Formats: sequence, structure tokens, C-alpha cells
Amino acid sequence: MSNNVMVEVRNLKKYFPVRRFLLSKDYVKAVDGVSFQIKKGECLGLVGESGSGKTTLGRVILRLIPPTSGEILYKGKPVTKMKGEELKEFRKSAQMVFQDPYSSLDPRMTVFQSIIEGPRIHGIDVGNPEEFVTRLLETVGLKPEHLYRYPHEFSGGQKQRIAIARALAMNPEFMVLDEPTSALDVSVQASILNMLKELQAKFGLTYLFISHDLAVVKYMSHRIATMYVGRIVEVADSEELFLNPLHPYTQMLLASIPIPDPKIAKNKPKIKITGEPPSPIRLPQGCKFYPRCPFAMPICKIKEPPLIKVGNNHEVACWLYE
Amino acid sequence: MSNKEIILSIRDLYVNFYTYAGVVKAINGVNLDIYKGEVFGLVGETGCGKSVTSRAITRLIPPPGRIEKGEILYKRNSEYVDLLKLPEDEIRKIRGDEISYIFQDPTSSLDPLYTSGYQIAETMVVHDRAEWNEAWKKAVELLKETLIPDPESRVKNYPHEMSGGMRQRIVISIALSNDPKLLIADEPTTNVDVTVQAELMDLLRELQRKKGTTILLITHHMGLIAEMTDRVGVMYAGNLVEIAPVDEIFAEPLHPYTKGLLAAVPNPLQKIDKLVPIKGSVPNLIYPPSGCRFHPRCPFAMPICKEKRPPRIEIKPGHYVECWLYAEEVKKKGES
Repeated sequence: MSNNVMVEVRNLKKYFPVRRFLLSKDYVKAVDGVSFQIKKGECLGLVGESGSGKTTLGRVILRLIPPTSGEILYKGKPVTKMKGEELKEFRKSAQMVFQDPYSSLDPRMTVFQSIIEGPRIHGIDVGNPEEFVTRLLETVGLKPEHLYRYPHEFSGGQKQRIAIARALAMNPEFMVLDEPTSALDVSVQASILNMLKELQAKFGLTYLFISHDLAVVKYMSHRIATMYVGRIVEVADSEELFLNPLHPYTQMLLASIPIPDPKIAKNKPKIKITGEPPSPIRLPQGCKFYPRCPFAMPICKIKEPPLIKVGNNHEVACWLYE
Repeated sequence: MSNKEIILSIRDLYVNFYTYAGVVKAINGVNLDIYKGEVFGLVGETGCGKSVTSRAITRLIPPPGRIEKGEILYKRNSEYVDLLKLPEDEIRKIRGDEISYIFQDPTSSLDPLYTSGYQIAETMVVHDRAEWNEAWKKAVELLKETLIPDPESRVKNYPHEMSGGMRQRIVISIALSNDPKLLIADEPTTNVDVTVQAELMDLLRELQRKKGTTILLITHHMGLIAEMTDRVGVMYAGNLVEIAPVDEIFAEPLHPYTKGLLAAVPNPLQKIDKLVPIKGSVPNLIYPPSGCRFHPRCPFAMPICKEKRPPRIEIKPGHYVECWLYAEEVKKKGES
């Protein structure tokens, strides 16, 4: 089974130091003890509110920032210990698409230069570079005449297509998609999401899809993980998570999505939503969600619940299910 | 629905922006009635003119924008006044008092140099609704109404001491401070998390029920439209292409753009195999397409769509669409 796993994360932590007074130091615990696996060819969705650590997690996995502790295994090899050729190989094979296509493209480079940059640096033999880039542009739904244009000549959706083509140029196996459509309009979003799905099927890609939009995550992912202040509180197959959410936080998140159907939207049961996520510097003891939780029990205050298996492919970190 | 009282009527509104690149024809003849006590939703994508329309209501269009023509009739003391013709000092009396706004970004709506309480009280003092000490007391009340915990100490807080959701509650308090007749909420929850969004929407709905305020809700989110509104207007490239009660918009959308918009939104309760995007992209409004502005992207475009702008057709009472597909003369031609 283990050769089926693309990415495995074990007890991963990322703390950012913040200086308070002259000497004392505090930490923002952006990612705090996260473990999960992504299988080959799968799309794992990662949802959570802003500040829950989803982007940090994505970046740590790709070693864009070093983790504080914990292990990341990419195809069974520890990412943090990679060096030289092995690291270069990893850099090619694992790619990222960022949220904001305006800042992820160099305004002074043409589309051709931007896309060919990666393969050139890595010395990949692409044959005729112009033909290579043209083929990539066609894959992402752009035209050959776009080859020598600059980013400012494109709309947001087209820029995101260029960013995706750039990632594909390295012939990756794994991609972290960090809110790839949240800067785009719905009609454009739909075409980018469809394209990402097609690419996944065509090239057998593995995705980590990060978004705050649960409807989008559901459309894209096979499994979904819910994050709350640096922890994964629930993981399940996406249909299962929506039909049978177990963690009170997941229930709250699902209850707060506006449903684009007035018959359901106006009659749906109200789950009272209270409070805001705690400051990541002064976290409560025990379960981080208990101050907002409608079902909080005495134990929740004292001990943090572990992520336990409760059903087929369904894990939850909550004392209610212990 | 004709027995309902119209509180605001936008008639034949045109707004242009005079930029260096050329004249942007942002609003191209918008007609819209808003009834008293309803929640009217205006939906559309970036750049369709929904915000510009809402700002034109109280002439908040900044240069290089200019309202070219049209009328905005507002019912004031049982008679209609044209807001576009009022002198500046009169419209200032209406803004923030009878018609108030909630904008998208609470951080830029609030002044960082004043406490939240001061900013709420100021609105009442400026409009001669209260003296300072009374207004201050009312500010605490308002914060209580908008469900801010510990309002007595929160009034002394500056905006930077609060979270985004909290700031937006302050903005809502300011907007509600003078019991407005019309509340214009322009993407009020785009910058906040879904849980906060749900709370804020609950709050607005609650206040609307209690006080009977008319709300114009502007959003790009079909889910919010479904949840919050009574009637919906769909905007595309400066035109209001369809107006209907909310149930009808979702159950039987008529305009091809409305249909496209609905098919492009993932519904989390359904299993969707494939979303249907709208092909093409939003036109540049310096050179808007001739005829119907949607025709280059429309799957049902006919020759007439390129030549002539479609008229507004009332299909059912209260359900209007601007599209040639539903025009009598075109239908007859198709049959013969």
C-alpha cells in the first residue's frame, strides 16, 4: 500500500516566532501537529477559515519554508533531508499554483519566457521551446498568439491559466493549489476548475487543493480535511463529510455556507454560530474549539482530543466520539 | 405587486467614466423599482456595474465618472424627489440618514484615528438626531443590537483593535444609527470568513424583520441571493438583464446569462460531475458589443442580437427579461 502514497505528513509543526517584550518570545503556532496522507492520483481538499494555517501547511509540504518539526515524506523519501540532485528532482516534481495570479507572474517577462524559465533552469530537454510552450498554452486553453504577450495583457482567469501552464511545464506529479480561483469570478472559476479536473485525469496528477470555499472544495476533491487553528479536526471522503459531518466545527462551517437554492436556503435548520477563532498566540488549553463549541464538556477544557478513526475513511478529533 | 409602495425608482440611468483609455460606458440604461420593506438583491460579476448603480443612487460616483442621464426617484415624506437633481446640501442630509451604506471593506470604511463609539455617535450628531452624550449612549445600544460582546468597553476601541468581522459590525451599527429607510449593502461579507458571513447575514435579516428597513444587497454570490433576498436583479456589462422574484430566478431563469451564472456555481448539496462555464469573457466597456451586450458569449445569439438592443419584456407579473428570445416579433418569425 505504501507505494500508493504520494505525500505523507507526520506530526508536522510550523511555529513562527513573534517577539513580545525584549527577551520573552511567543510563537504563532500556524501548523501544530498535523498528520495525513495523500494517495497517488487523489485530490485532497483542505478547508478552514482564514488564519487556520492551510496556506502555511501547503508551503511547508513543498519546502518553501522549513518546518519546525515533524516529517514530510514524498514518495517515501523525507523532504526535509533532501539535498542536491534529489532536491532538484523534488522541485520539478512538486509544483504550486498560488492564489493571486497578478503577483505570481513577472510583469517584465513574456508568457513564453515565464513558462520556459523552469525547464531551462532544470535543463529539461523540451525539443523546440516554442512548440513546447505553444502546446502547453493549448493544454490550458490559451492560443499560440499569446506566446509573446506580457501578463498585463491578460485577464485574471487567463493569468491563472498561465500560472498553471508554468507549473505543468515541469511535468509535475504533485501540485499544491492554494486558492487558485478565489480571485476570479464564478463563470471563470468554473472553467478553471473544470480544466484542473481534466488535467488531473489526463496526467494522473495528485492535488492538495486549498480553499475556504466548501462548495468548490467539494466539487474538486475526493477527500476533505478540515483545519482549525493549525490542526486537522476532521478528514473524510467528500460526500461523507457533507452528509455526515461529525466535528462540531465542520458542522458549523457546513451550516454557514449559503446554498444557491432559495427553497433550501430559507428553510435550512439554523445552527447557532458563535465567536471567532482564538488568537494563534494565546490558544486555549485542551480542544482549541471548545470556547465556541455548543457541545463542550469538562474534558474538552483539559485535554486535546486526538484524531481517531470513527468509520470507513473517516477521522475526527473530538471527545464526543471517543 | 403593484399595490406595493415603491421607495426608490431608478429610471433610464446612464453612467460613463472618462478615463485616459477612453469612455467606459459603465451603466447603460438601467431601470429598477425597489419596494418598501423588501430585500432586493443585485447580482453580477466584477465590473458589471452593480456597485456603480448603487453609488449613483446618492451621487457617490467619483470623477472621472459622471452620471449622464436618468432619474432616481426617492419617496421622501410621501412625495417623490429626483435625487439626481437635489442640491448638494440636500443630498448630504439624505446620505447616512435616510439612505445609508455598508461597503465591502470595513477597514477603509472606518477612520483609524477615532474610536468606534465616536464614529457611530458622529453620524447621529451630524444629522441632528442626538446630542453627543445621548448619541454615545445610543452607540452602546447599537453595538448591543449588532451582537458585539461587551459593548461598553468596545465603544472605546479603535478599529485596529478589532477583527474584520467586528469592524464590519461597527460599520453596520453606523449604517443603522439613524434608522435608514433604505440600506445599501455592497458586498458586505466578501472580506470575511463563511462563519462570520453567516452571522452578519443573520444579523441583517433580524434587523430587517424588526425594523422593516428596505435593503438593497449587492453581491456576486448566488448563495447569499438565495438566502437573503425577495427579488433579484441580474446585471451584465452595465445592463440589468433580468428581474424576478428570487424563487423564479432559481427555478426558471430566462436570460441566457442568468442561466449560465447559475450553472457555473457549484451547489454543495448536489453531486456535480461538471460545472458549465460561460464561454468568453466580460467585454471591455470602452468598446461595448453592439446590440445586446451579451451576444458575443450567448449560445442562442441571433442576427438581431447584434444589431438592436433587446427591449424589456414582462414574461409574468414581476418577471422581466431583456432578451430577444422572448420578444413577440422574433418568436413569430421563428414560427413562420
